[in-house]
Parts: sequence; C-alpha cells; structure tokens
Amino acid sequence: MSFESKLTEGKFCIPECDECKKIVWPPSEICSYCFGNVHLKEGDFVGKIIEFSSQKDQFFCIVEFENTIRIMAKISETPEIGKNVKISKCGINDGNYVFQVI
Amino acid sequence: MNDMNKVGIVGYGITPFTKDDKKIESILLDSAKELFKNNSQINRDEIDAVLISTNNNSKYLSPVLSEMAGIQPKIAHTIESLCNSGTNSIVSAYSYIASGLADMILITGAERYDSPGQILEWDNSRGEFKHPIFWASIFAKSYKREFSISDEQLSIVSVKNHKQAKENPNALSNKTYTIEDVMNSKKLTDDLRLLDCSRPCTGSASIILASEQKAKQLTDQPVWITGIGQKTISAGFTKNISFSSMESTRLAGKTALKMAGKNIENIDVAEIHDAFSVCEPMALESLGFSNDGKGTSMVKELHETNNFKINPRGGLIGTGHPLGATGIAQTIEITQQLQSNAGNRQTENPQAGLIHNMSAAATSSTVLVLEK
Repeated sequence: MSFESKLTEGKFCIPECDECKKIVWPPSEICSYCFGNVHLKEGDFVGKIIEFSSQKDQFFCIVEFENTIRIMAKISETPEIGKNVKISKCGINDGNYVFQVI
Repeated sequence: MNDMNKVGIVGYGITPFTKDDKKIESILLDSAKELFKNNSQINRDEIDAVLISTNNNSKYLSPVLSEMAGIQPKIAHTIESLCNSGTNSIVSAYSYIASGLADMILITGAERYDSPGQILEWDNSRGEFKHPIFWASIFAKSYKREFSISDEQLSIVSVKNHKQAKENPNALSNKTYTIEDVMNSKKLTDDLRLLDCSRPCTGSASIILASEQKAKQLTDQPVWITGIGQKTISAGFTKNISFSSMESTRLAGKTALKMAGKNIENIDVAEIHDAFSVCEPMALESLGFSNDGKGTSMVKELHETNNFKINPRGGLIGTGHPLGATGIAQTIEITQQLQSNAGNRQTENPQAGLIHNMSAAATSSTVLVLEK
C-alpha cells in the first residue's frame, strides 16, 4: 500500500527505509539517503507545533513528527509553540493532502 | 577560476510590467525587440545561444523566439526554476561563455500574470496551504516572534519599495502608500496584508551576455559578472532549517562574494527578492547587510534618508513579479545603476552591485555580483 492510499483511508503513516531505517520525507517508495525500499509505519504519532498563523479564524500550523517530518495542518484551537498534537483527520482532497491536528 | 573567460553584460531590453492578457511568445518578443532596437551595434548573426526563462507551459520557446527575432543560434533551450529562473538562465549563459562554448548569448525572461509557477503542486507537505501567502505568513510570524518585530516595522518595506517603484517607468505600481495604508490593506492572513505582497503580472526582460573581447567591441560601458553563488536546500517549504532566516541565501551570498573577492561592505547597491515584506529584512540579514533581527532598522533608515541602495527599481513588491522575468529585470537594474543610467533611481557612483533572486520560500537562492 502506498502512502497516498493509506492517506485516502484517513491513515497517516510514517515512511521508513527497510535498509538504513531513516525516515523518508516527503513520502517516496525509494529512500533519499541509500535508495533502499521504503515501508510504512502505522501508529498514533505525536507531533509538536513548530509555527502557526491563521486565516479568517482558521488556524494553520507546522507540525513536526519524529524530529524529521513536517506538515502544514489545520487546528481548531489556538496553537501553542511546542505543544504536542496528534492527527485527527487526514486525506486527499482535490489532489492536495489535507491534515488536521488536535 | 582564473582560466575562465570573463563575461560581461553588453545590452538589455525591458518593457513595462502590466496585467495584459497576451500570448507568452509575444511577451518574450516585446523585450527582445526593445533590446535590438536600442543596441543596433549587436549583430544577430553573432548570437550563439538563446536561453528562455519562464514557468509558462508552452513548448520550444527558444526556437520560437529565435525565429521571431531572426536568429539561428547554436544553443537554444528553456530554463525553469520557479521564481529564480531568470538568474539561473544568466548563470547558464555565463557558463557557456566562460567555457568557450559561446561568445554571445541572448537571455529572455517572460511570464503571464496567470503563471503556473506560482504554486508548487509537488509540495504536499504544505497540505492544503500551497499558496505562497501561507509560507509568507509562517515566515512573518516566525521572524516577528524571534526578533520582537511588529507588523508596522515590516510594512515600511512596502512603503519604501512602492516609493522607489514610482521612479521606475516599467513598474506595475505607480502609487505611494503610508504605513497606515499598508496596515489597513486587506488582511490575507493574521500575519500578511495585501500590500505586503508582490503581485503576479505580465512582463518581459532581455539581456545579452558576451565574452570579454566581444563585450569590449560592443560597448564602452560593459558591466562584468564577477561573482556567482547558488544553493538549493530542498524543494519542499517545510524542510527549511529556519523560518526566520534564509539558509540558501546565506550560502549563495557567501559563495558569490568569495568568487568576486568582495565583502558585503563593498556592495553599493542591491536587488533583493522581496516576494513579501518580511523577505527583505530576512534576506538583508542572511546576506550580511545587517545583523540578525536588524534588517527592518536598516530598511527604516534607508527609507527615511531616501537612500535607494536596496531595491532601487521598487523590488518585487513595487515593480510586480513576472516570475521568469524577475531575475533578469533585477540584473538590468543593477547594470543601469553601475552605468549611471538609472534616472531618478540612481544611487551615488556605485562600483559593485548584488542581485538576490530566490525560489519557493527560499528553498533555493541565486546571488550575483556585478562590477563596472
């Protein structure tokens, strides 16, 4: 299963290289460090808010997972830098990945 | 490095930036025509290469422009690197000449107001926040927090650059604004207002580079490209090491100055890639023009003393941002400054100038040093 098919099912996975065990981001089937094959780790990952802003009362933030992966996500409550969050909703809409954290 | 041929700028052509709905092929021809009209000493039969800088999806644009302009070059192709396509093309042309593959090259950059280069579809890490206003908002928030800077302090960038653009007949804007105007302009996000943004537009700019021998034959006022630095950190915005400084700019600037044998203190005039207000102080700091967190103080002082040292043509904010033409228009401005041919925008007797042109939230930067 690819990262995108999992994302379409609402599951956020972390791509990790079979060979060197490094996290590969953005998701790819081939590792950018050693060109090894990549598998997907499933889990209830905890991320940290790095930065945020808002548009018309809709907050958006940069969240970092495993000190490596960063995504831009929606958040409903006022974000705090350094606060731990989890992905509450994700998918693909109109070709764009969408992420919401809580 | 010393074995390479010297490369100079021998002519340029530029047309006003507008919101015109025209075909890319006609837009390209506009500035090429201007260039040849104003430089009748340049023989089109002696042009070895035609390089095109654009994000437009039309194909085979270099052979198309060559045919429309009556040129049969040896080398003909397009260079695309989002917003710094223009300086990337200049670097490619420099390399062809320095290596001896070509003696004289036409570089033409052009874009339509609806360029597909405004959104990097590949960058899915940005989720649904792919429009440039979102990375700019993150930069602004991060910069303001890190250095305790206010929205008012950032807005002076827009006030200054619109004021300077008023002296540029090719600029999209010919209005001046106050800090209050910028602060009261439409709020796009919590950290960005409309007048903090450069605007996409239709525009074209052309330049001719030549070997030392040819340059000396063709012009009494050649301007030499003496420093080149480029660095790409990533393609994706979220891979930026910091959101309050520009790592690719810092590295590209260092490389360019080292090649030119200059310090930043030796640079008398500079074009800075102010895609949004916050980019100007960030770039000034990353290039070493000011200390970290002090970029807005430098901008304020330049504005209050009416010093046009930074972004004399009005920057991207005042002039408009036709992506593929921007880096070439910036280079033309520094050429005009060094030739004392910049009209009301002229800075005092500059000897060396710098161009900073970047792509996709400073994930990639090009810096050029020009000298008389």
